[in-house]
Amino acid sequence: MEFLLQPLTLLTFFPILGVLVLLFMNSEQKTAIRWVAMVTSLLTFGVSLWVFSMFNASNPDLQLEAKYPWIQVAGWNIYYYLAVDGLSILLVMLTAFLTPISILSTWTAVEDRVKDFMIFFLLLEVGMTGVFLAQDLFLFYIFWEFTLVPMYFLIGIWGGPRRVYAAVKFFLYTMAGSILMLLAILYLGIKTDTFNIPTMLVRLPDLYATGTITAGVQMFLFLAFTAAFAIKVPMWPLHSWLPDAHVEAPTAGSVILAGVLLKMGTYGFLRFNIPLFPNAAIQAAPWIALFATIGIIYGAAVSFAQSDMKKLVAYSSVSHLGFVMLGMFALNAEGVAGAILQMVNHGLSTGALFLLIGMIYEQTHTREIKVYGGLWKITPIFGTLMLISSLSSMGLPGLNGFVGEFTILLGAFGSEAIGSPWYAGISALGVIMAAVYILYMFQKVFLGPAGEITHHHELKDLNWREIATVIPLIIFMFWIGLYPKPFFDILAPAVEKLLSALPL
Amino acid sequence: MTQPQFIDFYTLMPFLIISVWACLLLLVDLFIPNDRKGITVALAVLGLVIALGYSVTQVGLASRGFNNMVVLDGFSTFANILLLASGLLGIALSYGYNSRMGINRSEYYTLMLFSVGGMMLMAQATDLIIVFLALELLSIPLYVLAAISRKRDAEESGVKYFLLGAFASGFVVYGTALIFGATGSTNLADIFYAASSGTSSLLLTIGAALLLVGFGFKVAAVPFHMWTPDVYQGAPTAVTAFMAAGAKIAGFVALFRVFATAFPALSADLTDILWALSALTMIVGNLSALSQTNIKRLFAYSAIAHAGYILMAFVPYGNSEVAPTAIAAGLFYLVAYAVTNFGSWGVVIALEKAEGKGLELSDYAGLAKKYPALAIAMTIFMLSFIGFPPTLGMVGKFYLFRSALAGGFPGLAIIGVVTSLISAYYYLRIVVNMYMKEGDPVAEREPWLGFATALTAVLTVVVSFVPQFLFLLASTAIFK
Repeated sequence: MEFLLQPLTLLTFFPILGVLVLLFMNSEQKTAIRWVAMVTSLLTFGVSLWVFSMFNASNPDLQLEAKYPWIQVAGWNIYYYLAVDGLSILLVMLTAFLTPISILSTWTAVEDRVKDFMIFFLLLEVGMTGVFLAQDLFLFYIFWEFTLVPMYFLIGIWGGPRRVYAAVKFFLYTMAGSILMLLAILYLGIKTDTFNIPTMLVRLPDLYATGTITAGVQMFLFLAFTAAFAIKVPMWPLHSWLPDAHVEAPTAGSVILAGVLLKMGTYGFLRFNIPLFPNAAIQAAPWIALFATIGIIYGAAVSFAQSDMKKLVAYSSVSHLGFVMLGMFALNAEGVAGAILQMVNHGLSTGALFLLIGMIYEQTHTREIKVYGGLWKITPIFGTLMLISSLSSMGLPGLNGFVGEFTILLGAFGSEAIGSPWYAGISALGVIMAAVYILYMFQKVFLGPAGEITHHHELKDLNWREIATVIPLIIFMFWIGLYPKPFFDILAPAVEKLLSALPL
Repeated sequence: MTQPQFIDFYTLMPFLIISVWACLLLLVDLFIPNDRKGITVALAVLGLVIALGYSVTQVGLASRGFNNMVVLDGFSTFANILLLASGLLGIALSYGYNSRMGINRSEYYTLMLFSVGGMMLMAQATDLIIVFLALELLSIPLYVLAAISRKRDAEESGVKYFLLGAFASGFVVYGTALIFGATGSTNLADIFYAASSGTSSLLLTIGAALLLVGFGFKVAAVPFHMWTPDVYQGAPTAVTAFMAAGAKIAGFVALFRVFATAFPALSADLTDILWALSALTMIVGNLSALSQTNIKRLFAYSAIAHAGYILMAFVPYGNSEVAPTAIAAGLFYLVAYAVTNFGSWGVVIALEKAEGKGLELSDYAGLAKKYPALAIAMTIFMLSFIGFPPTLGMVGKFYLFRSALAGGFPGLAIIGVVTSLISAYYYLRIVVNMYMKEGDPVAEREPWLGFATALTAVLTVVVSFVPQFLFLLASTAIFK
């Protein structure tokens, strides 16, 4: 039972305590249920701060390990193995940080089956945290697949009019990728006789050197993992589930989807594709860069054509995550560090945008851009927060988005692995296009003459709860934008270690 | 030939307990008044529990009996425990259902005991004659049970099952005869020696192929699956649940034992055939399930598909390095399948109404709101069937696909995962109905049914977190 008291075990499974309490509550006591969920997620965030305080940023290795034999029979060296390092700590923190914010945002938005909602939400947090912490492929796969289940219900039960379609599409699309990864995991397990990632990293170079796993097979394995992660990210052209899922998901679901779930894909590339299959990763880098660049431009162009605010932000995610992929496969220190920071940035800014759009939607029940207009005069606080989030999302200097994108482009320009500055050059256009579609939306909604919606609705500005939901995100946008050094310091040693193992 | 010794009976003890108990029960039942037939059920349960307790004490022991015609080894004990547990779950599902549907016939439980006995004999048989005997002993009670409600479609179901089952038995007998012709013996060990010394292999191969056809019928592998949807749909649901688990387990353990002990020499010919059978079963089963709207038919096709997954474990049976783990994977998956199977049928039974009502997918709409526990249980079973964490089905599929890859059949593993993806679509349709559609279903609350459903749901989740003991049991369940 000692393993229960390990910091990372506590962090991962703490929300389960809340679930257990919720199970025994009367589903009519909605406020109490909300408080239980809120307190649970806040306590989990507290645990994450405790974990963070024990994390040594100058150490590039895995830390705070919780490792216990789990399934030990012939050929099955499966461990219960959680650990954290510089690659994952920020994402773990982001998960613990966004969950209470999302729960707070549902306070009045979710009235139906609140208990079920909160249970699924807390279970989702368990899955997400586990994905970032698992250091055993079997355990990772369990967490990875498990996140699908609560998210499927969140979209399918509390979503918009086409929720069932979106939920099933989300489930099947994501599963389609992960089944290929499953086969690759099993193959690796058979060849290395372990599912333990650090051990695998020690054994694999020999297998590559002796030709037990040929270069061709390595590429296949790389592609199998890529299938799972590229769908999750999502990379162009595998993104078509994302707009549906985002548009139909309830606000809190969208926030978590954009903020954390998509990062599971990019994190997967970082944790598995690059270190496990280094040669294939280098070989594939130009191709990934190509797809990332297409995604950046495509996502931005399609965003501009949207009439629904949420869909616009959803497509902008395709564009932003293109940047993350581009930076990551630059395979140099700037690119990878920028990519990790941009994962966090995207979580903050897109999370904030989804929250704010959700708040106005709650009042008007429409997200059509054209029915709005002149909102600034009626709802100045809402407008200000929206402006900051928009500027953060489009990468204005002084805010977080700029730092991430700039570092990524810097990395991509000089990248040997990508081999051509053109990708970075074209991607830079994406930054400009982002300004176009974001400012277009902002202008249509907040400036100009009052739209028809203002005639039909007594629009209220944000209340204290709603402001409190967004403010923490805004603080981090400024912090990262103005003084990103502490964040880069956390990343740098682990990134350096990751890259030093590459045969570049 | 030596005369049977007392020790021989020990080898067959689990089977003897059940058969003798069933015979006695048939007599005792005559003296139990009609309004107290619950006693018969309790006695049947007691018999199963005694045999189960005895079987548990046999873990790790091994003996042979009756001139090597039967054996008690890790493999058969594993199967016996699983089959006895299936019998218990089958009765738990039947009890309330039968009185609700007016099938209150006390011979129902006796027939179930006989069938379980036949299945256990099947697991212990090391002689083709005994295999045949066991096959008939397990099948005939099932034919009767399928038709026991005397409704039109139940009778159709029974007759169809009987005719096709008799046909399958014919294949087994003919196969046995050919094998005897080729090797001069029906004993598996003798056949093995004869086959590996290379005597007239064509006759032997044909014989083995005919056996495969016979077992293929029993486990509902494509293309011998045609009877399954009609029989599963027409039979009383509790019988279907028992049949879908018990008959499949028995068919598979016989297949595993007969082929792995007698015909490793034929693996060059048979592996391709098994590969094709497994692939076809997975593909056809899952694709056919996609368009079903009746839950019993849907689960029937799903049962076919799962036969394909289990067969996958068996494809590399001739490769002596991989075969033990592959068969262990098959056994592990049989457990996962049996547990999930009973649970899901339990939910179906809870919602079924007289006259075959309450069996459409649309009848599940709104279940989550009204009966959250039932909906959660069903969701767990569906996830387990898909192979999704945190369920036993996921661990089982992980094991199966691993052994397929380790055995050198990546193509089969790919078909396995792709068909799992397809299956997600129809299993999710049930979840969609339960959680995302509005409706007003009415479920029966029967204590034993509820207990069985809850127990299987809990097992499906909990054992997936602590599967080590099951892994060990399955991997030590080897042939002697």
